[in-house]
Amino acid sequence: MWAFIKRSEPLWLFVHSPAAIIAAILALTIICGAAFAPWIALNNPYDLASFSLMDGLLPPVWQEGGRAPFWLGTDDQGRDMISSILYGARLSLMIGLAAMAIATVLGVGLGLAAGYIGGRFDAVVMRIADVQLALPAILTALLIDGIARGVLPTDVQQEFRVVVLTLAIALSLWVNFARTARASTFVEMNKDYVQAAMIQGQHPLRVMFIHILPNILGPLLVIMTVDLASAILLEATLSFLGIGLPADSPSLGTLIRIGMQFLLSGEWWILWVPSIFLVLLVVSINILGDFLRDVFNPRLR
Amino acid sequence: MLAVEDLTVAFPSRFGIFRAIEDITLAIAPGEIHGLVGESGAGKSTIGAAIIGLLQPPGHVERGAMRLGETDLRALTPNQAHEIRGKRISMIFQDPQTSLNPLMTIEDQLIETILAHEDITADAARDRAVGILEEIGIRDARTRIRAYPHQFSGGMRQRVVIALAICTNPELVIADEPTTALDVAVQSQVLDLIRRLADDRGIGFLLITHDIGVIARITDRVTVLRAGAVMETGETAAVLGRPAHDYTRALMAAVPPLDRRVERFLVPGDSARGGAASETAARWLLDGDAGPPLGLSVEEVSVQFAGPRTSFLKKPDVFQALDRVSFAVAPGKVTGLVGESGSGKSTIAKVIAGLVRPVSGRLALGGEPLPEGRARPRRHPSRRLIQMIFQDPFSSLNARHRIGDILAEPLWLYGLEPRAEKRRALAAAMLDLVGMEPDAIDKYPHQFSGGQRQRIAVARALLARPRFLICDEPTSALDVSIQAQVLNLLKDLQARFGLSMLFITHNLAVVRQMADDLVVMRQGRIVDGGETERLFRDPASDYTRELIELTPVARF
Repeated sequence: MWAFIKRSEPLWLFVHSPAAIIAAILALTIICGAAFAPWIALNNPYDLASFSLMDGLLPPVWQEGGRAPFWLGTDDQGRDMISSILYGARLSLMIGLAAMAIATVLGVGLGLAAGYIGGRFDAVVMRIADVQLALPAILTALLIDGIARGVLPTDVQQEFRVVVLTLAIALSLWVNFARTARASTFVEMNKDYVQAAMIQGQHPLRVMFIHILPNILGPLLVIMTVDLASAILLEATLSFLGIGLPADSPSLGTLIRIGMQFLLSGEWWILWVPSIFLVLLVVSINILGDFLRDVFNPRLR
Repeated sequence: MLAVEDLTVAFPSRFGIFRAIEDITLAIAPGEIHGLVGESGAGKSTIGAAIIGLLQPPGHVERGAMRLGETDLRALTPNQAHEIRGKRISMIFQDPQTSLNPLMTIEDQLIETILAHEDITADAARDRAVGILEEIGIRDARTRIRAYPHQFSGGMRQRVVIALAICTNPELVIADEPTTALDVAVQSQVLDLIRRLADDRGIGFLLITHDIGVIARITDRVTVLRAGAVMETGETAAVLGRPAHDYTRALMAAVPPLDRRVERFLVPGDSARGGAASETAARWLLDGDAGPPLGLSVEEVSVQFAGPRTSFLKKPDVFQALDRVSFAVAPGKVTGLVGESGSGKSTIAKVIAGLVRPVSGRLALGGEPLPEGRARPRRHPSRRLIQMIFQDPFSSLNARHRIGDILAEPLWLYGLEPRAEKRRALAAAMLDLVGMEPDAIDKYPHQFSGGQRQRIAVARALLARPRFLICDEPTSALDVSIQAQVLNLLKDLQARFGLSMLFITHNLAVVRQMADDLVVMRQGRIVDGGETERLFRDPASDYTRELIELTPVARF
C-alpha cells in the first residue's frame, strides 16, 4: 500500500510543487484553527464574560500600546482579534462547505441526468442553468433572503439566517457542477464501457452512478475546491453588505463590515486583520484547486 | 544518403532512464523506400522523431551518429536543425485530418512552406506548388489549389500532405503510418504515389508502419524492430521471404493470409491453458446453455440519422446509414461483415444490440422477433443472449472498476449466480479460460496491455452465458501477434460453445480466417454475400473483387 502511494502521480506532483505545499499548509492551519477554536481561542466572542472592556482597542503587539497575549490587537469591546477571526472562520467555512455540498449534489445529479437522458430534459435543465447564470449570485441571495423574510415569522428568522444564506449560495453555485458533469457525461457516454452497460440492460441509475460518475470525478473535484473558495467569498460579500449574518454571530464578512467603522479613526487592524485573513484563506484554496486541475489535466503539465 | 549508427534514445523519468531505442543502425539510399516495421512500443516512431530532431522532451539522443549526406545531424544548432527540417528532411503523418491547417488554403500552406526555405518570388512558388499538385495526381490543380483542406476527401488530403512534404525537394521523407487511417482503395493509390516519387525524384523514404502487407508491397529494404532493438534488416523480399530471425518468423506467422484459411495461428506462448479452473468455467458455460445455437436474421433494416441542419426553419436532411439491409447469421456459425469506413458496419451492430432504432425492418433471434431500440425492455432475454465485444479495449472496460467487479457484473445482473463468493470464483475461472492469470481479478484495467484487456472483455461477454456474440473490429486496435492470439481464442470459444457470431471488420484477411459466411457492405447497402471461401475465390461483385485485389499482402 505504501509503495503504491509512493509511486502515485498526484503525490509526486504535490511534493514537487512548492506553491501547492504552502497553500495546503496554510489552508490546513486555518481550517484546524477554526475547527478547534473553542479550545485554542483566547476568549469567546459570544460570551460576554470571557473578555473585558478594559482591553478595548489595543493595537497589534508590534505597535506602541499593544501587548501580549493580544498579538493582533482587540476591537472596541475588548475581544481578541485572533479569537474573533477563528470563530468567524468557523462560521464561514461551515456555510461554505455546506453550500458547496448542496451545490455538488444538486448540480452533479442534474448534470449527470441531463447528459444521460439528453433531449428535452437536457434542454430544460440547461436553460434553467442559463437563467441562473444570468442572475448575479448576490441577486439570487437577496431574492431568497427576501422570500425567507416574508414567509418566516420574525422570531425564527434569526435562527434560519444561516440556512437561508447557505441555500442562497448553493443555488448560485450549482450551475458550474451541472455544466461540467453534463459535458463529462457526454464524453463518457460515447465510450464503449457505457455502451456495454446499456446493451446489457443495466438500470439507468446504475449506469449513471456506478459506471459514469466515478469516471467524471476528476474535474468535479477541481470545481468543488474552487467553488468552496467562491462560497466563502460570497458569504463574506453578503455578510459585508448586511444581508448575511447579523453582528451577534460574526462571520469573516461581518467582521470586515464592523471593521469598516474603525478605518477612519485610526484603528486599522480591526478591518485589515480579518481582510488579510480572508484573502489568505481564499487564495490558498484556489491554489490547491489549480493544482488539482493540473493533476487531472495532463495536457497542461 | 542517410546513415544512422548505434543510435540510442533515452527518456529519463523519475523511475529511472528508459531507452526507447538502443544501438539502431540503418542506412537509406536515394530513391530507396526503407520500411520500419514492428509492434507498438518497438520504437519505430522514436527513430523517425530522432532523425528529424523532434524528440519529445525529456527524450534525447544519448549516443550514436546520424548523418544526412555530409551533414552531421547531431552536431546541428537548433537554428540549423530548423533549417534542415522541411528543406532536406520532411515528414508525413498518419492523420491527414490534423496535419493540415484547416483555416488556410492549400495554396497558402504550400507557398508558405516553399518560401520559408527558398528565396524565390511568390509567383514562382505558386507555379511550383501547382506543378507538384499535378504531379501527385490532383486534377485541375490550378483551381483546386485555392480550396481548404476540408474540401478534399481523406485520400486527396493525404496527397496534399505528401505534396507539402516534397515541395521543397527534400532528400529524405519520413512517413509515419501514412496509410493507416485510409481505406484500402485509397491506401493503394497513396502507396503507388510514394513508390513513384521515390523512383522519379530519387527521394529516400523511411516508411514506418505496423502493416507487413504495406511493407511487402512497396519497400526495397526493411528493418524489423522489437522493443527498441533491430531484429533483422535487409532486402524486403529476403527478410520477409526467408526470415532469419525467430521474431520475424513469428511475426510473419501471425499475419493472417488473404489467400487461404488457416485453422489456427502459430503463436509462441499461446499454449492452450488447461488449468482446472478453466474446466470449471467451461463446464459452467456448457451446463447453462439450453437448447441448440441461435441464429439471427436481419430483414429490410433501414436506419436514418439526422444530417446537418441547412436552415433554421426546415427540418434537417436525413442521412441514410442503412438502406434495407437483410442478412442472416446461421446458428452456430460465424458471419463476417466487411466494408470500408462509413459503410454502416457498426450501425448494424448497434441495431442488433438495441442501441439504435431502425426506421423500418425486423430482427429475429432464434426465430423469435427481437424488439428494436428502446422498444426492447431492459429485462428482455436477448439482453443476456446477445453480448458484444468492442474495438477499443481501452474504453470498453470501466477504468474505475476492478476486473473482478467488471466480470461479476453480468452474473449479478442476469441473476445467474446469487452468491458473491461463487461469482468471484467463476470470474477467476473464466479468466483462466481466456488465458489470463486468475490474480488479475483484483487489478484495474490500466494495469493490462491491449491484448489482455481484450481477453478480459471476452471473459465478460462469456460470463453472461451468451448465445450470440457481436464482435465489432475486435482486433483492429491490436498488434498482429496479439491479434493472432485473440483470433485463436475467439475461434476456440466459438467452436467449443456453439456460439453464433457476427464478426465485423475492415480487414479481409482477418475475416477470411474467421467467417463461414460473408456480407460485404458499401454505403449502407449490401453489395455481396455468401459463403466466405466461395466469395474469395469467385467474388460476385466488382466491388468485392476490387477490395480483395487492393488489400496489400505479404506473399512470397
